[in-house]
Amino acid sequence: MAGEILVATNVLEYPYTRTVGPVLGAFFTGLREGRIQGVRAADGRVLVPPTEYDPLTSEELTEMVDVGQAGVVTTWAWVYAPRPLHPLDRPFAWVLVRLDGADTSMLHALDAGEPERMSTGMRVRVRWREGRVGEIQDIACFEPETPS
Amino acid sequence: MRDVAVVAFAQSRAVRAEEGANEVEILMPVVSAAIERSGVPRKEIGFTVSGSCDYLAGVPFAFVQGLDAVGAWPPIRESHVEMDGAWALYEAWVRLQHGDVDSALVYAFGKSSLGDLPQVLTLQLDPYCMAPLWPDSISIAALQARAWLEAGHDEREMAEVAARSRKAALANPMAQVAQDLTPEELLKQPYLVSPLRRHDCPPISDGAAAVVLAAGGLAREVSERPAWIRGIDHRIEPHGLGVRDLTHSPSTRLAGERAGVGRATVDVAELHAPFSFQEVILRQALGLGPDVEVNPSGGALAANVMMGAGLVRIGEAAGRVSDGGAGRAVAHATSGPCLQQNLVCVLEADQ
Repeated sequence: MAGEILVATNVLEYPYTRTVGPVLGAFFTGLREGRIQGVRAADGRVLVPPTEYDPLTSEELTEMVDVGQAGVVTTWAWVYAPRPLHPLDRPFAWVLVRLDGADTSMLHALDAGEPERMSTGMRVRVRWREGRVGEIQDIACFEPETPS
Repeated sequence: MRDVAVVAFAQSRAVRAEEGANEVEILMPVVSAAIERSGVPRKEIGFTVSGSCDYLAGVPFAFVQGLDAVGAWPPIRESHVEMDGAWALYEAWVRLQHGDVDSALVYAFGKSSLGDLPQVLTLQLDPYCMAPLWPDSISIAALQARAWLEAGHDEREMAEVAARSRKAALANPMAQVAQDLTPEELLKQPYLVSPLRRHDCPPISDGAAAVVLAAGGLAREVSERPAWIRGIDHRIEPHGLGVRDLTHSPSTRLAGERAGVGRATVDVAELHAPFSFQEVILRQALGLGPDVEVNPSGGALAANVMMGAGLVRIGEAAGRVSDGGAGRAVAHATSGPCLQQNLVCVLEADQ
């Protein structure tokens, strides 16, 4: 019909669900309960976050180990202008944190206020989110162990 | 092993945003130029393979439209990798080892201007523990830069790489960022994500590249000075940043050893180092001394077409061999965060 414009709304979505498996499943369940677990690798090292397979030998890993909720910064990057999807809406540091009892480090955000407070080796601790659901964002961010 | 050579290379001029052309329109003249330069008739090319990334267009199977630039009727033997075109070239090299076809077209394209590239690249990270935090590609590289700096380097080394690369790009008409500034001038610039300044990061580029490979006798027939692939290998490291030593590149070292980089003198190297400091890591991993000319094209700091910049390194290095400027060249391509995956290719002229 002349003059009539047909319109159809197309919502692009990926309606998949997936299981995270036995190791990440245990890790995320732990986060929901307010604890952090790693997995013991073939050579005895404790990997946090845990992986189902050893990153070097590909052996299947199963032994979950509780680790601390504080640790040290192994490297960091200061974000002056956070992007819309970043975990904090004010300047912050991305950090790799090696938690007490862990042998590898995990990525997260550190709410340090200003870059002058940052140094590799500084001690930081977890700030938990309220209303945890079992995902990495249950850790709201890390914060310096020593108050400013 | 069957002798295989790069006999032709073409690329588009890298631009920040190619607003007047879609991917096929960017690609078509590049593919045609590579085939024309190769001297191999289009209909006689035995295998076609491409590298691209559907996430740039945000459409599943976006790579299929790229075939419109090649022409797939009557049917051709064709393949695709969701990787840089350097890995497509690796597949073509393996395919030519079968012996039943003598030539291959390899192409790569990326139109990053369609989205917010640093954010799109978040999606290449571990989807459980990293990507949900939305770290962008510059932030991730900055974490590696800090680790590298604190292992005994300084920001001046980074600025020297950036200054040299962008100065070299003045002689490369295909480059996107070319300027002649001293390291001192660059170091006065503010941080973007510390410890990275803008010049430590690659430009965001739209563009395409294509290479034609030919085996044995066909290569000698169509090329006066084929750039023979004497070694090619690729290796990968774990996806977790926290389990890797970010200050070194063990996968590049291993790929370089397997490809035979150290067997003879290297005249020139084209290294795919999207971030300035990564060039220093790569030079060390490949054992390239101060006498090796690195990135005369300007490298990825001057033009960084996603999924194309690695293939461009091979094309540029091969060009130096074919034009007589080098007897032996090394090309390198990288993929993933913090140099996670690396490919090394050794190219030589006939002795």
